[in-house]
Amino acid sequence: MIVDIGIVAIKAFLVLFMVLNLAGLLGWVERKGSALIQDRIGANRASIFGFAGMGLVNTLIADPLKFLTKEDFVPPSGDRFLHTLAPCLALFPALVTFAVIPFGDVLYLGDRVINLQVANLNVGILYIFAMGSLGVYGLVIGAWASNNKFSLLGGVRGSAQMISYEVALGLSVIGILMVYGTLELQEIARGQGALLRELLPESAGFLRATVGWLPAWGIFLQPVAFLLFFTAAVAETKRIPFDLPEAESELVAGSHVEYSGGKFLMFFAGEFAEIVTAAGLMTTLFFGGWQVPYLMRDGFHFPWGASILLPHVAVVLLQVGAFTFKVLFFCWLQILLRWTVPRFRYDQVMRLGWKMLLPVALVNVMITALVVLYMQHNP
Amino acid sequence: MNGAQVGFFILAGLLIVSSLWVVFQRNVVHSAMALVAALFLVAILFLTLNAPMVGVLQILVYAGAIMVLFLFVIMFLNPIGLEQRRRLWWGFGALAGLLLAGALVPVLTNGDAPRDPVVATELFGGPEELARSLFTDFVLPFEIASILLLVAIVGAVVLAKREP
Repeated sequence: MIVDIGIVAIKAFLVLFMVLNLAGLLGWVERKGSALIQDRIGANRASIFGFAGMGLVNTLIADPLKFLTKEDFVPPSGDRFLHTLAPCLALFPALVTFAVIPFGDVLYLGDRVINLQVANLNVGILYIFAMGSLGVYGLVIGAWASNNKFSLLGGVRGSAQMISYEVALGLSVIGILMVYGTLELQEIARGQGALLRELLPESAGFLRATVGWLPAWGIFLQPVAFLLFFTAAVAETKRIPFDLPEAESELVAGSHVEYSGGKFLMFFAGEFAEIVTAAGLMTTLFFGGWQVPYLMRDGFHFPWGASILLPHVAVVLLQVGAFTFKVLFFCWLQILLRWTVPRFRYDQVMRLGWKMLLPVALVNVMITALVVLYMQHNP
Repeated sequence: MNGAQVGFFILAGLLIVSSLWVVFQRNVVHSAMALVAALFLVAILFLTLNAPMVGVLQILVYAGAIMVLFLFVIMFLNPIGLEQRRRLWWGFGALAGLLLAGALVPVLTNGDAPRDPVVATELFGGPEELARSLFTDFVLPFEIASILLLVAIVGAVVLAKREP
């Protein structure tokens, strides 16, 4: 009993630790990466005993310290209680969402079977959407409580944008749920361990011969859904090209104009934690989660017949490593995107969400449903 | 009292406090946030009753979508100052409260030993079970509810798009 609670606590601590630290590291990646893209040197000022470490010291230690020692300013005509509550509301959903994302298969430790996932809910993906839908409160409440017209405009834009893209985000995942037939993220990740030729019917001989060797990852079965999901997820994190709530050329800093010090740091950390969570979701739904291609529970089994047997610990380490690598890749991709494309105009954001993503997502759901139905009747 | 009961009373206490906060708060945004908290607590109550699906949908639909639209409208209208006291509403409120009390008092005082409401399996309240009953036994009410919602949406669009 005590040991079970301890294991859950350790898993929860590890995941929280990893998400928060990755959020901090991404701050460095963002500053240094933007400098690289814009041909600057970037953050390199802070040093500890002469060690600047590519500015890493800077972002990991100096930046948070600087934020925390700044004056915490609440607008005199603003709402003090809600102004303080908003950053907590912004950080909370971003941190708890990762609880249902599996970071590995099962670990056998003695006679214990440890599921490498903090919480295995049978409504998994719905929990993520429920928590994601709460993310808008931090923005809206913070904007309103500041009593500033720029922040209010940012808050109104943000709430409209997030509600619009939640629809596309939810519908894009329906295809994945139909293909793997479950809401549980661990089961979705396990379903992606098969090869395509095990899923394709006998009649599709040509397809089985040509692409049958590919793993049955979401990206191969639902490529359109991935594009929709990626777009909607970037819109949900409110970053360029969808950073209309804080468009600095129009709204100063939009919804967090009136935030400074530690409260601004919480908004900042919340944004990066959202990036990590979005990357974790993309990995789990479309890129096999912790799956390494051809790696089964006892080692590699290649489609051409060769196999390499590995001990259990090595397999688990490879899986967790693969998950981490994929998550880091998608975090990097999102940061690269921010420094590559310009910002949309507000009407373009709304048109993209409602008139392009939503119909494409609906058509994708229809086609997937028909194919799944056909495959069930012609195995 | 076992652990589940202690949890229930803590949740119920918080729920009553936040619901009272919704009613007695004069600032509409504070009121709306208290309502979000109340809906969140109801969702946790559903979770403790082995109905995770209903609980999560409660957050997703009510706390996550409907209340955001409420806030959106409040921010657009931006009511200056605080909500005024209205004498007439107190009359209606008192009447509704008396009716509810009339319904609740017999239930609370009927003397039967309270049964443990949670006699359910693992699968009860899960997505599979819910979907199965929605699409087999209750498919007609389900479709009627969908059509009702569709009519409401079309009606809202027609009203909003009306030529001056």
